[in-house]
Amino acid sequence: MSHDLSSLFDPKGIIITGVSSHPGKFGFVVLHNLLASGYQGRVFPVGREPGEVLGREVFGSIDDIPEGAADLVFICTPQSVNEDLLRAAAAKGVTAAFFAAAGYREAGPDGVEAEQRLKALADELGIALAGPNGQGVVSTPSSMCAQIVAPYAPAGEIAVASQSGNFVSSFLNLAHHTGVGISRAVAAGNAAVLGIVDYLEWFADDPATSVSLIYMESIDNGREFFDRVRPLAERQPIVVVKGGASAAGARAAASHTGAMASDDSVFDGMCRQAGLIRARDVEEGFEVAATFATQPLPLGNRTVIVTSVGGWGVAAVDAMAHTSLVPMTLPSDLMEAIDLKLPPRWSKNNPIDMAGGETRDTVPEILEMVATHPEVDSVVFLGLGIQSNTAAMMRGGPFHPDHGLERIVEFHERQDARYATAMSDISQRTGTPIVVATELANAHPDNPGPATLRSLGKMCHASAGRAVRSLDLLTRHAAWRRARGLSA
Amino acid sequence: MTITLSEAESRRIVARHGVSVSPFVTGSSADAVVEAVNADPNVTYPLVAKLCGRRIAHKTERGLVRLRIADEEALRSASNDLLAATRPEDGEVELLVSSMLPGNRELIAGLTTDPQFGLVAMFGVGGILAEAVRDVSFRLAPLQPIDAAEMIDDLETKQLFGEFRGEPAVDRDALISTLIGLCQAGADLEGFVSADLNPLIIVDGKPVAVDSLVEVESGDEPDERPSR
Repeated sequence: MSHDLSSLFDPKGIIITGVSSHPGKFGFVVLHNLLASGYQGRVFPVGREPGEVLGREVFGSIDDIPEGAADLVFICTPQSVNEDLLRAAAAKGVTAAFFAAAGYREAGPDGVEAEQRLKALADELGIALAGPNGQGVVSTPSSMCAQIVAPYAPAGEIAVASQSGNFVSSFLNLAHHTGVGISRAVAAGNAAVLGIVDYLEWFADDPATSVSLIYMESIDNGREFFDRVRPLAERQPIVVVKGGASAAGARAAASHTGAMASDDSVFDGMCRQAGLIRARDVEEGFEVAATFATQPLPLGNRTVIVTSVGGWGVAAVDAMAHTSLVPMTLPSDLMEAIDLKLPPRWSKNNPIDMAGGETRDTVPEILEMVATHPEVDSVVFLGLGIQSNTAAMMRGGPFHPDHGLERIVEFHERQDARYATAMSDISQRTGTPIVVATELANAHPDNPGPATLRSLGKMCHASAGRAVRSLDLLTRHAAWRRARGLSA
Repeated sequence: MTITLSEAESRRIVARHGVSVSPFVTGSSADAVVEAVNADPNVTYPLVAKLCGRRIAHKTERGLVRLRIADEEALRSASNDLLAATRPEDGEVELLVSSMLPGNRELIAGLTTDPQFGLVAMFGVGGILAEAVRDVSFRLAPLQPIDAAEMIDDLETKQLFGEFRGEPAVDRDALISTLIGLCQAGADLEGFVSADLNPLIIVDGKPVAVDSLVEVESGDEPDERPSR
């Protein structure tokens, strides 16, 4: 059954229980984060101490809140009082609840019972219940950071659902770092009612979301999971990071097949069959999701590498071994066209090593030629930011701005910003994905190359290998779709 | 508790669902298999003779497989040797004699019951090194043809499927039918637990199972053996 989660992700008003003036308490932190993220709906803090917290009047009881003014309740109170609070909230028109409160299944036999009661109550009241024992929910279309921890995130098209709260934070931090933003993010907590697949079902219909990213450790019913996610994966890319992948090894079995069917190898096969895009770890998961969110799907696996220096191109070709990507031989018409743009020392091969022969417009022109060529399916661009890196040393040295340094520094910085903008424009316009990598994305995030990509909300990978990995998964997923007659 | 069916029983189960198995006969004595071989034009020399039974899951480890049997005399002698190797705990046994087919490529296809996902199919590089090499791919059964095709493409050892040491490329459609047929065999068999076709060798481009093992719930036949 699919749940309507619009009150959870886009509530018109939020009740927060357990609010006190102590800035270390969950209720306070949620109120703070909600107001700090710029949430525009109505906010009703409820607590035992009368007065104001963060300039907001604290209500002594949910009964005092106007009917129909809130549709989400965020629960930070002790387990024993929460069933009454949920009933009171439902009576005021609340249809969704996020339970940050702990003391449920994770807390022993009494907690298990409390969670059973909570589940039954949510069912009785018709409430979409997230948690308990979860860190919160983020929704950028509603400027909402309803979490007991940081951070908020820039707006974007990636929706996150996680069985681990702290990995929600990790994904949001990576969104900050890369500039590739988030639409929704939710920690499933104990998942008493709503589980990962319930969130995926809602994300698949969410106009603010173009790709889902999930972290999971356990599956209650593998076959049901498969049957439910498969139709979703046809509608939206779903990137999966699985924890505990190494936990279960071989089993005792009479057949070789049984002996080799470890949990991880079966899970991996299930992902491939369902069209789930499996990433190896949290960082890769985010980067892959960011690539899906910001790049068109390639029409095939023929890849051209464009680089300003030789070594990076070699590393990218090496990274393509054991992937679906083929570093294609350059078509002769493309060779001839590039020959007119670069000095004779260029590589005349793939990777296209420009060998430092770039003038003002060379990089955008060559990227355009490569990306529009009908035989090229995808492009890897390496070397963004090196001009600005030189400029940074000049700018910080003892001779700036004299000796002509001001002019050249500004030229270099403008150039890298132009290259970044060109990549973003060209991939969007031509439908050919262009992935970009430079270690400057981590080492000097303010470099105008990576900084411009970040401001455009485009992923800049930190190494050729990581860019290739993301492009490989993008390409494999496109092939999975084509093999099933699904549109690109 | 589970039991493994004899190779002959296992072969008949998978063959009913379109899996190609090497031509074979069975018998309880040297005379019986010689007579059966002479009567069946599909079973041709050189032959392979094996001692099989429900309690003999791993014949090679016990030396219960005789290869390259060239003529009737050798068949008699191999059959008598195998019967003499029978142990009391083997229970009911029989001889299985099949054509020894030429083929350099040994694959494995299998099916098992996963606690999370139910019936799961496996395909990969087979033979005695299958578990050591572990170049295998899994999918949930039942398989669509596209799933089976992608299992083949998943393998690292892709060069096995093209032309190979003078043998033609593998008939992918035949391989896909084998995988789909194996899944149906498992789904149709009550108490099914797991199955191996290992090795599944490539003969003139087509996959042929030259050994087969089906494991089932032991049901009313109590079995003291641990299931390995």
